[in-house]
Amino acid sequence: MGLVHEIDFGTPASTSEKQVTLTVDGKTITVPEGTSIMRASMEAGVEIPKLCATDMVDAFGSCRICLVEIDGRGGTPASCTTPVGEGMVVHTQSERLNAIRRGVMELYVSDHPSGWNETAGTGASEFDKVAAEIGLTEVRYGVEGRNHVAPGNGSLNIDYIARDASNPYFTYDAAQCIVCSRCVRACEEVQGTFALTIEGRGFESRVSAGMHQSFLESECVSCGACVQACPTDALREKSVLQKGMPESSTVTTCAYCGVGCSFKAEMIGEEVIRMVPWKDGKANRGHSCVKGRFAYGYATHKERILNPMIREKISDPWREVTWEEALAHTAKEFRRLQYQYGRGAIGGITSSRCTNEETYLVQKLVRQGFANNNVDTCARVCHSPTGYGLGQTYGTSAGTQDFDSVEHTDVAMIIGANPASAHPVFASRLKKRLRKGAKLIVIDPRRTEMVKSAHIEASHHLALKPGTNVAIVTSLAHVVVTEGLFDEKFIRERCDWSEFQDYAEFVSDPRHSPEEVEKLSGVPAETIRGAARLYATGGNGAIYYGLGVTEHSQGSTTVIAIANLAMLTGNIGRKGVGVNPLRGQNNVQGACDMGSFPHELPGYRHISGDTVRDIYDSLWGVKLDDEPGLRIPNMLDAAVDGTFKGIYIQGEDILQSDPDTKHVSAGLEAMECVVVHDLFLNETANYAHVFLPGSTFLEKDGTFTNAERRINRVRKVMAPKNGLADWEVTQKLAQAMGLKWNYQHPSEIMDEVARTTPSFANVSYDFLDKMGSVQWPCNDKAPEGTPIMHIGGFVRGKGKFIRTEYVATDEKTGPRFPLLLTTGRILSQYNVGAQTRRTENVVWHDEDRLEIHPHDAENRGLRDGDWVRLVSRAGETTLRALVTDRVSPGVVYTTFHHPDTQANVITTDFSDWATNCPEYKVTAVQVGASNGPSEWQEDYEALAKRSRRIEGKMIAAE
Amino acid sequence: MSHDEMHKSGTREKLVRMANQIATFFSSKPHEEGVAGTADHINKFWDPRMRRQFFEIVEAGGEGLSPLVMEASAKIRRPTEHVTAAQAAEAATDVSG
Repeated sequence: MGLVHEIDFGTPASTSEKQVTLTVDGKTITVPEGTSIMRASMEAGVEIPKLCATDMVDAFGSCRICLVEIDGRGGTPASCTTPVGEGMVVHTQSERLNAIRRGVMELYVSDHPSGWNETAGTGASEFDKVAAEIGLTEVRYGVEGRNHVAPGNGSLNIDYIARDASNPYFTYDAAQCIVCSRCVRACEEVQGTFALTIEGRGFESRVSAGMHQSFLESECVSCGACVQACPTDALREKSVLQKGMPESSTVTTCAYCGVGCSFKAEMIGEEVIRMVPWKDGKANRGHSCVKGRFAYGYATHKERILNPMIREKISDPWREVTWEEALAHTAKEFRRLQYQYGRGAIGGITSSRCTNEETYLVQKLVRQGFANNNVDTCARVCHSPTGYGLGQTYGTSAGTQDFDSVEHTDVAMIIGANPASAHPVFASRLKKRLRKGAKLIVIDPRRTEMVKSAHIEASHHLALKPGTNVAIVTSLAHVVVTEGLFDEKFIRERCDWSEFQDYAEFVSDPRHSPEEVEKLSGVPAETIRGAARLYATGGNGAIYYGLGVTEHSQGSTTVIAIANLAMLTGNIGRKGVGVNPLRGQNNVQGACDMGSFPHELPGYRHISGDTVRDIYDSLWGVKLDDEPGLRIPNMLDAAVDGTFKGIYIQGEDILQSDPDTKHVSAGLEAMECVVVHDLFLNETANYAHVFLPGSTFLEKDGTFTNAERRINRVRKVMAPKNGLADWEVTQKLAQAMGLKWNYQHPSEIMDEVARTTPSFANVSYDFLDKMGSVQWPCNDKAPEGTPIMHIGGFVRGKGKFIRTEYVATDEKTGPRFPLLLTTGRILSQYNVGAQTRRTENVVWHDEDRLEIHPHDAENRGLRDGDWVRLVSRAGETTLRALVTDRVSPGVVYTTFHHPDTQANVITTDFSDWATNCPEYKVTAVQVGASNGPSEWQEDYEALAKRSRRIEGKMIAAE
Repeated sequence: MSHDEMHKSGTREKLVRMANQIATFFSSKPHEEGVAGTADHINKFWDPRMRRQFFEIVEAGGEGLSPLVMEASAKIRRPTEHVTAAQAAEAATDVSG
């Protein structure tokens, strides 16, 4: 297995439809107008040497290496900045060209002896390669250099800049830099952060991070785009410098967020040396963020548990056992519980972190083996309202677009999402479009990085009071309808006209007017009107939303309101528009698709449907229960009530991630057999009786489905350290429970999915290998998948308008709890942090902080960095304050990446009316000065320590 | 009240709240649709033991339940009742898959 090589065409592709034909070194090639000579040559198979050009960024024309000769033209133009012309005859090799290139290269090398001598760097950079290709044999100017050569050997070299190793993952070595600006341009054009610049002029020019800071102190977000772009070893992964260049690579899919970036896992033997974003990846197009690019170290972290363990009581220390013993014990316990308490006394939770195949197996185990439908997934606590809302209005539980669609968007509306932190690669693609002139509307209680950042500013920021989403979105519809901005033709053709009339009448009521909604949301009426007008009339309008929409008492209603708004304005069914839920976890979409919900089988088919059940009844040889099962919060309620006794939890930490921690722990404590299948002894494992070690995404084959319904392959690059891939563990558990499963490879599981689920009918591993990836539905009606849904008509037939009455949440502020707490994410950490906390990413965020407005802080006598007590009616915790006007007065904000913060001790058990998705985003709280950890935090820490003891091992994990 | 009893009453309180929340959403629809929508939602998403507890509350007088929920309760499936042929047929046409 060798390296997966990618061709660098030198300059980006042209999208022109007009074709131009030219000749390069005698080869004829036809390319779109606007293509550079450099790219056209590469397409003809002629590689022109280059240093400052790469196809991820626009041409720059500074290195003078890529010069060519063109018949009939004087001089030697740079091929990267010269567009092709009809009938052009180009020569890339001649004595003159070679002499010029050698001359230029000689000058570079005179000041870059380390690159030349191949000592300090890898000796494998593009610079080294070009020097070799050009055949540089002498350096007449000496190699003492002036500003890139370290002092010593008789040279004082006061201009020398020492290596910057402040970033945990890569170094910047100015001595190797040729100031080609590729890194600066990648930071601007690809990532959109503008953290890098060239300071100084002429010979003194240097790459500089931020305001002449170290990389770590600067606003650099460590996405790695500069490292990827650098043609020398100036910016280089530390892992490569330590261990050498990778020897083999495999294309796989990132296991962090729902963007689903494609990466090349680059290896030496069975060790990952680096993850490099893959240019052919259709979600990320060669870009990455700090998590996917660098934060994979958890896979080999010392705290990973590699052996199965059991214990009788949760107060006992863990005892390591064989797989056979652990699985036989689990099967025996589950059967006992069912015998003793009834068939419905046990259930399972599938993981949105695991593959489609693994998820499918867990729900199959529950339905076939447990003979009930008590299966749920963490989508319950994030995007279940999306499934309900979009299913009701459009007929399918998924986003409508692919990510490429954003390149055609004229107005983007972001509601309750902060892609710059939580979906960074999508944010970069969106920002790129915004810099080209698209407009932006942000609806968020907090002034996120999307509202204002380098070269980005939202036209309207609706800083609403948490919990008033429905009022705001309905008010936008009010403006659209009452000002006559709706798309009548679209509605008449695609939607039910009488339902539209009903909705129009409903939203036209003065109680939905911006002036009325201003009173309860705090958003000025004019801002609401401005946003509505811009979205309705600004061209292609696309809505992107996140958990700030779904995690509310009225989460499903807001999703419906969003769907209505897109229908009203005709923003559905073509490129550049649509309703796009930004999924949190890598495989939330897939987990939902695979039948993880207790009321539906794979493909969103309700369990009460005979024809659907028949498919599985005959295939699995059982009679499926036709009643919906318990959802996660219902399981916990039933556990406390004593009717739910055992659970198999794959790859999810409900104790830390689910709301109202005390209720979760009470539920878990009431169960007799809690089985946790995970990489680490997570917080939930404190209450577990069986621990089954899990495998990472690097250790197994499978597929993830991202937020754009794209099914991406996950490929095994190393053997599971725990011995078994997760699908094998579930299979062995099923076998221990008497089921006759015999899958030899995950591809066979996908074949079963395809056989039984119409929207996956044409999906197979062979097909995915051929296509790279496909977006479902993928069947005979859409043989190559479906990038954009609802073209020409909705999946359900006519689009359905549904009334969206605003109802204030029961979680209200008052004298005891005068502030509203809302929660969110930070770039460097991921969800409960189980992975990212076990990487160097902690240098950016080693604790959760409470953001509080200066006025609220001053009223309470709090200063930045003070320990504060955060109290709600559910519980209390302590953390340090961060005083900032990013949040409005009356609103406080925190993240929940660290278990010791226990942010979910504070959140309540209120939930979405339709799906029970918890109301994480609104909690009435009080904040005051504190001396230290709360009693709960202290008790919990003691419990966590106690429950992580392993017999015969000195150090408890974490 | 013991700790366990407190939790049990907690579950009942939650069911009342959840049922009322559902009815609140459907109350913006014409009355008949609202009743049907509330019942249908509970039939589709509540597992039998939740419906059993729900009927215990209804039979004890339905304290706390909104009038719409009470009206819908006539159309909510008893936990022992199986899905009717009509409901199964309707579910089968639900989503294309």
